[in-house]
Amino acid sequence: MKELSLNILDIVENSVKAGAALTEILLEETEDKIVLTIKDDGCGMDEQMVKSVIDPFCTTRTTRKVGLGIPLLKMAAEQTGGGIDIVSKQGENHGTIVSAVFFKNHIDFTPLGDVVSTIVTLIQGHPDTDFLFIHKKDDKEVQLDTRMLREVLEGVPLNCYEVIKWTQDYLKEQYEGL
Amino acid sequence: MKTLAELQAIKEKMKNKVVLREGSGEIRIVVGMATCGIAAGARPVLNAFVEAVNEGGLSDKVTVSQTGCIGCCELEPVVEVFEADKEKVTYVKMNAEKAKEIVQKHIKGGKVVAEYTIASYKS
Ligand SMILES: Nc1ncnc2c1ncn2[C@@H]1O[C@H](COP(=O)(O)OP(=O)(O)O)[C@@H](O)[C@H]1O
Ligand SMILES: [Mg+2]
Repeated sequence: MKELSLNILDIVENSVKAGAALTEILLEETEDKIVLTIKDDGCGMDEQMVKSVIDPFCTTRTTRKVGLGIPLLKMAAEQTGGGIDIVSKQGENHGTIVSAVFFKNHIDFTPLGDVVSTIVTLIQGHPDTDFLFIHKKDDKEVQLDTRMLREVLEGVPLNCYEVIKWTQDYLKEQYEGL
Repeated sequence: MKTLAELQAIKEKMKNKVVLREGSGEIRIVVGMATCGIAAGARPVLNAFVEAVNEGGLSDKVTVSQTGCIGCCELEPVVEVFEADKEKVTYVKMNAEKAKEIVQKHIKGGKVVAEYTIASYKS
């Protein structure tokens, strides 16, 4: 992928597909590192499944078509000297946490790119799902919680164009201060 | 600065629009947003359609939505246009510029942009 924000879009799509009501997207950026955490309350995966999605080519399972989303994220992280981790749970308190560490100063670091576009695209496509987005950098942060927007909107869909535009500008303005 | 008060005002305005139509869906534009599509540039294509449809005042009859893999990864980004009583049109190797052109000529003007369709790539 050309931008990490595209990997983020792709990985969050997994959460939505897993039936998540809320997906939290956290970016913690420091001098030399970006830690990405995507946490959802979707259906989760069993242990074997987690193994096979991380290493699709080292698995004996042949019943499932091989996905590329997680391996691509893994590659993007590992090529900077970082890596990924997946913790998932089915049944009670089901959900998945995908985390990834990227070293920013590494020559193979893929730039974050247009994160605002990724968040807006997620809301446009999944107006009935909630997202909590936080990008922390040093002591500042950008934040968007669709639950808060939903409360204000009282039934007006989050993907109506005026709301999409508002959300986009709201995030862009926050980024100016980051 | 964008404020919640502004969002509140948007709500008041939208609420009063008789029925929140959710797009009456006369025309549906569907963008493939699986891994292959995203990697090939589906995100700006999607956003170009959303913008062109709304800025062009077409939102009453057109909806723009996202789907998974449409099944022709080497031709991504792929977009399908569904219209009642008409055959589905599949556009391939899309970009934002083509999206705007398709909204003008096809969605607004009613003429399929043949050179961007899958048929013209297959032959
Ligand atoms: N957050 C998640 N919750 C539940 N299942 C997941 C999640 N993320 C990934 N998976 C499972 O792992 C599979 C592989 O994911 P991925 O590598 O993104 O490829 P794809 O989405 O194309 O299948 C998914 O099909 C899904 O079954
Ligand atoms: Mg995926």
